[in-house]
Amino acid sequence: MTDNHDPDDVEDVPCQDIVELVTDYLEGTLDPVTTAAVEAHLAGCDACRIYLEQFRETIALLGHVPADTLSAQAQAGLIDAFRAFSIKGRPSDRDP
Amino acid sequence: MSDRADDAVLHALRTGDAEAFARVVNDWSPAMIGRARAYVSTRASAEDVVQDTWLAVIRGLDRFEARSTLRTWVFRILVNIAKTRGVREARVVPVASMDPDAEAGPTIDPARFRGPDDPWPRHWLDEGAPHHWHTGTEDAAQAAISREVQDLVAAALEALPPRQREVVSLRDVHDLTSDEVCETLGLSAANQRVLLHRGRAKVRAALENYYHGTSERRQP
Repeated sequence: MTDNHDPDDVEDVPCQDIVELVTDYLEGTLDPVTTAAVEAHLAGCDACRIYLEQFRETIALLGHVPADTLSAQAQAGLIDAFRAFSIKGRPSDRDP
Repeated sequence: MSDRADDAVLHALRTGDAEAFARVVNDWSPAMIGRARAYVSTRASAEDVVQDTWLAVIRGLDRFEARSTLRTWVFRILVNIAKTRGVREARVVPVASMDPDAEAGPTIDPARFRGPDDPWPRHWLDEGAPHHWHTGTEDAAQAAISREVQDLVAAALEALPPRQREVVSLRDVHDLTSDEVCETLGLSAANQRVLLHRGRAKVRAALENYYHGTSERRQP
């Protein structure tokens, strides 16, 4: 990996813009020219690569936040309701 | 869930398979609660909405014509019930374009970047640049996540402004697609990304504070 951190390089996107583009970059919503510019910058900038990596790690950690769900009691109540309705309310031969 | 798997679930439910019903209730309810919270003010209300939704699903299964997937249909019922309840609770969902949570501005302190007179303006200052987090293991992603970090991430999420919290929660905790989030919250795709980005950046900053403090304690 070479250092292409050349201040004369017209395509270089400053780090301060990169940090605001990471979500768009990860979502794949940047146009091809901007995507290429972001990737060229990342190739030459350790700090922005670390930033991107930390952003990904943040997303992964958010995926481990326990999600609220229904209490076991509420779920059991729903299953009882399902059973009761299936027995009482549903014609048995309607399924195609 | 693939369409075929969805068909199999529908068939099982229509034939009164209570175990299949228990499985979808278990699998889908967390995302349903996350989605309901966009409309109602409390977690308890969201749980009521999800229960009412499942009861409506039980009653409506025979009328469901499978023009959409079962999951889409269930979530549509959920949104209708949640909206009705949200109106009763007089919860005003802000218009996206006026959303203060999506307002512009940098997510990183501008003081961490070089000034306009620097040869490399707006690039990281040495002292401002992010450093690797000292996660205490080479393989941080695979290692068991410490309880402390889990709690920190959950607290940082809870502390976000409401719209950012909703978007980050639905996308990153509940794994909804951006299209589903836009539809649920009535957001444009661009606005959804702004809220997602700002929320994620704040959670990252909370982690950075945490790890930075840890590494400073380790290496005074």
